Amino acid sequence: MSTAATTETKPAAPAIEKIKVKVDGREIEVPRLIADWSGKLTPTTMIQACELAKTDVPHYCWHPKLPISGNCRMCLVEFGTPALGPDRKPVMNPDGTPKIAKSPRPAIACATPISPGMEIYTKTPAVKQMREGVLESLLINHPLDCPICDQAGECKLQEYSVDYGQSQSRFVEAKVHKPKAVDLGPRIMLDAERCILCTRCIRFTRDVAHDDALGIINRGSYNTIATFPGMPFDNNYTLNTVDVCPVGALTSKDFRFQMRAWFLKETKSVCTSCATGCSILIGSREEKIYRYTPRDNDAVNASWMCDAGRLNYKWIGRADRLKDVLVRGQKSTWTAALNEVSDKLKQAPAGSVAIIASARQTNEELWLLSKLKAKLGAVSDSIARIGAADKLLVCDDKNPNFNGARLTGMCFTEAGINLAQIANGIEQGKITTLIVFGENLVKHGVSAKVLGEKETISEVVEQHSLTAELLAKLDTLIVSDILPNETTKLAHYVLPGCAHAEKRGTFTNTDGRVQKFMKAVEAPGDARAEWEFLHDLVHNVTGQNRFVTIEGLFNQMAKEVSAFNGLTWQALGDTGVTVQI
Amino acid sequence: MAQEYKLILKHADAPGYTPDIECYLRQGGYDALKKALAIQPKDLADGKKLSGPEQIREDVKVSGLRGRGGAGFSCGLKWSFVDRKSGKPIYLICNADESEPGTFKDRQIIHKDPHQLIEGMIISCFANDVKLAYIYIRGEMPEGAKILNQALKEARAKNFLGKNILGTGYDLEMHVHRGAGAYICGEETGLIESLEGKRPYPRIKPPYFPAILGLWMCPTIVNNVETLCNVKHIVTMGGAEFAKLGTPNNTGTRIVSLSGHVKRPGYYEIEVGKATLRELLYDKNFGGGLRDGRQLKAIIPGGSSSKVLKAGEKFKLKKKDAEGKEILVETDMLDLPYDFDSLAQAGTMSGSSAIIVMDDSVDIVKALANLSEFYAHESCGQCTPCREGSLWMNKTLQRLTHGEGRASDADYLGKIADNIPGGRTICAFGEACSWPVQSFLAKFKDEFVAKGAADEDRRAKEVSAPEQKQLEAAHH
Repeated sequence: MSTAATTETKPAAPAIEKIKVKVDGREIEVPRLIADWSGKLTPTTMIQACELAKTDVPHYCWHPKLPISGNCRMCLVEFGTPALGPDRKPVMNPDGTPKIAKSPRPAIACATPISPGMEIYTKTPAVKQMREGVLESLLINHPLDCPICDQAGECKLQEYSVDYGQSQSRFVEAKVHKPKAVDLGPRIMLDAERCILCTRCIRFTRDVAHDDALGIINRGSYNTIATFPGMPFDNNYTLNTVDVCPVGALTSKDFRFQMRAWFLKETKSVCTSCATGCSILIGSREEKIYRYTPRDNDAVNASWMCDAGRLNYKWIGRADRLKDVLVRGQKSTWTAALNEVSDKLKQAPAGSVAIIASARQTNEELWLLSKLKAKLGAVSDSIARIGAADKLLVCDDKNPNFNGARLTGMCFTEAGINLAQIANGIEQGKITTLIVFGENLVKHGVSAKVLGEKETISEVVEQHSLTAELLAKLDTLIVSDILPNETTKLAHYVLPGCAHAEKRGTFTNTDGRVQKFMKAVEAPGDARAEWEFLHDLVHNVTGQNRFVTIEGLFNQMAKEVSAFNGLTWQALGDTGVTVQI
Repeated sequence: MAQEYKLILKHADAPGYTPDIECYLRQGGYDALKKALAIQPKDLADGKKLSGPEQIREDVKVSGLRGRGGAGFSCGLKWSFVDRKSGKPIYLICNADESEPGTFKDRQIIHKDPHQLIEGMIISCFANDVKLAYIYIRGEMPEGAKILNQALKEARAKNFLGKNILGTGYDLEMHVHRGAGAYICGEETGLIESLEGKRPYPRIKPPYFPAILGLWMCPTIVNNVETLCNVKHIVTMGGAEFAKLGTPNNTGTRIVSLSGHVKRPGYYEIEVGKATLRELLYDKNFGGGLRDGRQLKAIIPGGSSSKVLKAGEKFKLKKKDAEGKEILVETDMLDLPYDFDSLAQAGTMSGSSAIIVMDDSVDIVKALANLSEFYAHESCGQCTPCREGSLWMNKTLQRLTHGEGRASDADYLGKIADNIPGGRTICAFGEACSWPVQSFLAKFKDEFVAKGAADEDRRAKEVSAPEQKQLEAAHH
């Protein structure tokens, strides 16, 4: 078994000294240094120690992946440190324990470093009173429009009000009114009255997205988040500000007023818009997807994702999805079609079959295709999809699983180098059967402008010589896809497949991170997960064992594909495992 | 009888004294700098050498000089916190953002004797290995900025500034930076943010202590105008001699800004603690007494954010008796010596040494509403308690002074104010905006209750009974 698979992306750091502190009377050992928002080791703060002690400290402005600001004051706690005598030695209680000098002033847990012997008190009457005070301050000018607010149900103002707030308001003055429904940019709407001015959006945009686009104007209670006049807030990461906004101030134009958050089912998945493979949550209800949100994964995307990837979900719900199994244009059944295809493949002379797989397929599906390839002695390839990259998350490889296609042997180090050979084979009549998965071969060399809705991200599929005329020469063209296109029109067999959101599987990202994703919604009509019908097909053609579960299939693949040796479906966890690529 | 003692303002108001360098030089200007630059390394008993700058820093410690900006923190101690091992440049900033209502002392120095400040700054820079210094001047003082720029030009021309100052090899540059009109820029970390070109949001401490992570994340000293001027005199006199001025732990002189209902409002320089509030208000050398026929009602003793003192209040002051034992002496508020420690013992502070006198013509609720409006306008809005609390208090007070009060407003206001200070905010503005409210309420609560109750009575007469019920219901 190979030892290539690791759960860590970086080599183990040198051991960090541990220190003992007490949180609400309970002693715990915590590292003296902990990675800060940028990954740099910095002195552990009270809030991090409390987190390790499993003690909740409410907070608005603090975010583990953003620079510390310390402005909301919600995380104020009381604390004490070992008292020192005039000789600078610890003063002891009669029972031999160190005497603790309680600080007369509270401290913000988010920014105050811990020290050995420190005691942190998060539940004292004073702390309770301070939290009440902060919540009261945050609410006096808040519009309290929860019934029409998109954040309701996932709002920190609501949650902390229940946990730490007061049941009544004593505020009798007129509220401060601020701009509402402010169009900050193409994807973001601001309600300044709901804003609690925690500056998370400003810090994310400035320090993570490196776009100093947001700031605060005016003074005091009139403070308002704003962009520079005439400068829209339109970088490719703006929607992350909606995620970090603890209240309903920043909302996504795409999601607002679409669905109450508490109705959404959240499914762990992976973004497929590029080879970065950001961990995401799919929010769906009644087989409809309403949004993608990033899911924490320090090995891939931290807590972020790009706007283009986030909004690239609508094609899944398109009305013209392939829903029927078609045999020469006629509606058929899976049993009939798969039997026919199996028979054809079994009879195909060696070397007469070619397979064009897609680097949008899962590792398991590609591995099953590789079984067919081996049995049939087929030539295979995949299609490259290249676009623009950035320095944060976006990868220039727009396929989510090129590494999977390569590691399972469905294509070579460079995708597309066999396409000419396949075209030649068809031209010369040597290749009579072509299996195509998830690729519209006829759409080649198109510019980003005319791409269909499925490809909302700029991408260029490189020129190749597989034309409609050439495909017409084939005896058998077997196509599996999700949306109809020129190639599915030419196909003798159309096998309707699933979007990633409709099935389970794994992708291998550009760094070799193998991540699994779960099923969020049902596929429409007769569409089936490719791995399901592929293993029927593989069984029919090769006689290989069936793996009726994705777990079994993955584990078998991990045994057979050397790069995946040692992996198991279970061990992938929620954030995946990095393999050597 | 208490006398003025003019150290800082020795020349400023002398007939014929002008702010130009020639006039300053005629009065022995820049001699202290020459003296400071010429200090020779001193051998210590343990074989180590104390450099000239180290000796000046030591002397400032010995002098007992406390910050004149408001907090009264030991200047020598502040300098000793500076991280000198970081390898980063050390900056010095003169805080000339004099904005505390009632305070008008720094502008006297800047307008009348700018070279004294510059000399004090150069010496302070030399003592702290500073190569670049800034004077952050309040935006509303354009004339002061002009005068300072002219003075810097003159000092450069005489090689008191620039490269190789007076042939000693020491380089120093100095710039004037004008604020844009925000009180919060007087808070040292807010000032630093502003100087960096940002919104003057005070920084969180820890970790951003200026002495370690100040301007451009480098060690930085921020000192008040008057404090820096004092450094010049410490070098001239020697720290021990300087410490003889004033009273123990309250050394030197202070320029007191006296305003309000006295006959002779103005600025008076005194030895710290050598005059009582009574003397400052009533002596002919100082305030000259209240307006005829008026009684004293209250004193705000250290700038508008300090806690108010009510006429007739008594305090127990710690004093040493003949045998040196510490005893408590009951002291009337007027008999408080005007220094840092006595006012602290009386639960208030000498702050920026600005005394605001209020006689019995003052509507105390209106007076607080006025202060509160200022603080609501000047809160930067960074942190929650101050941002929301300062405006809330102001709205309540404006209601109370515009006939819309309730008898319960005094308690209501007190609870709002209690949610702001005591380390709940990033900077001391939280205290600055809530202390006046807390202290006015503590000492004049009856006036607040009476005003609210009178409003309620009047409204009850105006409104018929059923309507009143509706109103009350709306309030709940």
